[in-house]
Amino acid sequence: MSRTPLDTVEHAAATPDVELPWAELGLKKDEYERVVEILGRRPTGAELAMYSVMWSEHCSYKSSKVHLRQFGEKAPESDAMLVGIGENAGVVDVGQGYAVTFKVESHNHPSYVEPYQGAATGVGGIVRDIIAMGARPVAVVDPLRFGAADHPDTKRVLPGVVAGIGGYGNCLGLPNIGGEVVFDSCYQGNPLVNAGAIGVMRHEDIHLAKASGAGNKVVLYGARTGGDGIGGASILASETFDDAKPSKRPAVQVGDPFQEKLLIECTLEAFEEKLVVGIQDLGAAGLSCATSELASNGSGGMRVTLDDVPLRDSTLSPEEILMSESQERMCAVVEPEKVDRFLEICEKWDVIATVIGEVTDGDRLEIYWHGGKIVDVDPRTVAHEGPVYERPYARPEWQDALQADDANKLPRPASSEELRDQVLKLVGSPNQASKKWITSQYDHFVQGNTVLAQPEDSGMIRIDEETGLGVAIATDGNGRYAKLDPYHGAQLALAEAYRNVATTGAKPLAVSDCLNFGSPEDPAVMWQFAEAVRGLADACQQLGTPVTGGNVSLYNQTGEAAIHPTPVVAVLGVIDDVARRTPVAFQEEGQLIYLLGDTREEFGGSAWSQVVHDHLGGLPPAVDLERERLLAEILISASRDGMIDSAHDLSDGGLVQAVVESALLGGKGARLVVPDGLDAFTFLFSESAGRAIVAVPRSEEVRFNDMCGARGLPATRIGVVDGAAVEVQGEFTLTLEELRTVHEETIPALLA
Amino acid sequence: MARVVVDVMLKPEILDPQGQAVQRALPRLGFEGISDVRQGKRFELEVDGPVDAAALARIHDLAESFLANTVIEDFTVKVEEPAEVAEAAK
Repeated sequence: MSRTPLDTVEHAAATPDVELPWAELGLKKDEYERVVEILGRRPTGAELAMYSVMWSEHCSYKSSKVHLRQFGEKAPESDAMLVGIGENAGVVDVGQGYAVTFKVESHNHPSYVEPYQGAATGVGGIVRDIIAMGARPVAVVDPLRFGAADHPDTKRVLPGVVAGIGGYGNCLGLPNIGGEVVFDSCYQGNPLVNAGAIGVMRHEDIHLAKASGAGNKVVLYGARTGGDGIGGASILASETFDDAKPSKRPAVQVGDPFQEKLLIECTLEAFEEKLVVGIQDLGAAGLSCATSELASNGSGGMRVTLDDVPLRDSTLSPEEILMSESQERMCAVVEPEKVDRFLEICEKWDVIATVIGEVTDGDRLEIYWHGGKIVDVDPRTVAHEGPVYERPYARPEWQDALQADDANKLPRPASSEELRDQVLKLVGSPNQASKKWITSQYDHFVQGNTVLAQPEDSGMIRIDEETGLGVAIATDGNGRYAKLDPYHGAQLALAEAYRNVATTGAKPLAVSDCLNFGSPEDPAVMWQFAEAVRGLADACQQLGTPVTGGNVSLYNQTGEAAIHPTPVVAVLGVIDDVARRTPVAFQEEGQLIYLLGDTREEFGGSAWSQVVHDHLGGLPPAVDLERERLLAEILISASRDGMIDSAHDLSDGGLVQAVVESALLGGKGARLVVPDGLDAFTFLFSESAGRAIVAVPRSEEVRFNDMCGARGLPATRIGVVDGAAVEVQGEFTLTLEELRTVHEETIPALLA
Repeated sequence: MARVVVDVMLKPEILDPQGQAVQRALPRLGFEGISDVRQGKRFELEVDGPVDAAALARIHDLAESFLANTVIEDFTVKVEEPAEVAEAAK
């Protein structure tokens, strides 16, 4: 079966009138015209494939770019930042010569289509971003959001996603130390499967994605290239150019974690021997992305012979090879005299490696196939100079009505008995219930360096066995808050993750984000996005934690219904000695429970309003970033100086949820007294931000109080760790047994 | 009683890590000349009553909705000849 004639650059120049399926590939008319203008002729099929995929929303950030700039413009001065936005992942200095790289990405749509493989390859992709920076991956986290917990499709999607994350991560031998699981009917049909990873390296080992030095070789290594994930390219290949093609290629990619493990070891060994000039992983847009980004970030051009790419399926067309998203592949730039050694290392690890091209002293990316030149482009126009849209945005008309529908006016429990019932209902609701059934499917402790994992406030990993240096990571996001007020909702996500890191005793250093929104073509969604980015950038500036990178996922919507705007924020922190960490669980009876921060009547977007009234309206809790910073400083100092034995941040579900979790995890109850000036309901259910509970040993009480007083942080003694029940004096008593039953039975009953 | 066999295979374009692992092992074990291996699943269903069009349609349904993940797998349904069944039962 031959394709006649090959659509080479000469052929394209000679046949200007050939119609290409640019619309089917997702390009707009003006975008296609721009490609023609850049090239001065019609693109070849292969060029069109590259432009279409690199100019897609996913790769070019064309709708989000104008807003994302704020993360750079408002970036706070930070000594910790070693590599910022734009590389495969950001890199942060954590002291003692160590650098840590971390990033969160989305794999939403693939995980809906094929939950297991979608989620598994999401883990694979983020881990390759980490190794591309020169770091050894040490942990993964997975913030997940699904439709209603009792919806039948959730039972299809969730177990597959969880098994996929567990299967891939466990095979790689990476502990899964954090993340979230949230249910909300707005994610029905658009589950959010975000994946984060952390890697560790020495400062001198940082590697960047660039191809410099004419004559250097471009080596493709890892899995063979097959027809994975090229639904779009198949249109180009099958319908227009060759109607006889057997079938449309599927959009699903299948991962092979054992291949990825080999890729990790092989890459790190090559780094160690200093064999690599530049490196890039192959993720979305595959070779199109890797070659154009490596070339445009370097000093010269690049020449690639596509015939040399090892294939799994010999019938692939060049367009398909360029767009294939086959997993577990990397692309390295290697000096000619080091190529043999590089290939040797690959062979040792049983990794297929092939020289597919070289860096040239020109400024063009040229790709050859069967002797003909099928791509001749300025790589910058493919990788970096894609279209940029100033999409119209407007505050939706319904926003005022939504905010006016005040949750503070909802009927509150009228008796102690009703209050007690609502506590049980909250603690057993799918969002507040124990996620053990899910997280126990992940390996938390492989590698032996996990200090904290779910359900702690943040995951923590030891990175130096001698000194005890460690890093902590927390991911948070609350789509309900963000729907009520995207600006402050995004700030609350950051504040919560920041607080979670500090609660465990680590100092927050830097931020990565995964921004999940609906269609940017809807001005209301675009407004939510613009507000959320503005809010996040402002808050990062104020908290002194720069955004080091992240990912934007748009078009998370079914028909007219977009998901709640869901900015998921990951905060990375450092702790000098992990032995000083603070766990969530109550440690010892008799310790005093203190509430830090101010409690106000704030129920907008709260878990209580959702669980009891199925209500979403009003305003989210007020944001006070200076207070967050002060709270964090107190929590870190108290942990370092041994003044507290446990701590738990207060967020969704409010104080009662936090106390119940600390009590159940520690197997020790609590006797609480409602403080003066608060009613029991507000005390238990309010979601005011900037708060935490801590358990203080009696011997430390004076010192702890003095510290809070001197720093001006409100600290209220609210009770004591005691007994086998959570008792709110004058209101109710709930035994730990009763609480544990409702807290732990919900998720298995729905999903197992 | 008749036997219906459902064979489930990954679609040709989908990566098959298990098949690849088997293929890589072959030369190490001295088996040369095998250029590709793909591994699938075979289900043998013992059917009560006659295997008529209605029964096959039902089996097709169950294969499509349960035995195979049609996002990434293809399947075939075939009735095993009684002689084979008898042979296998020995």
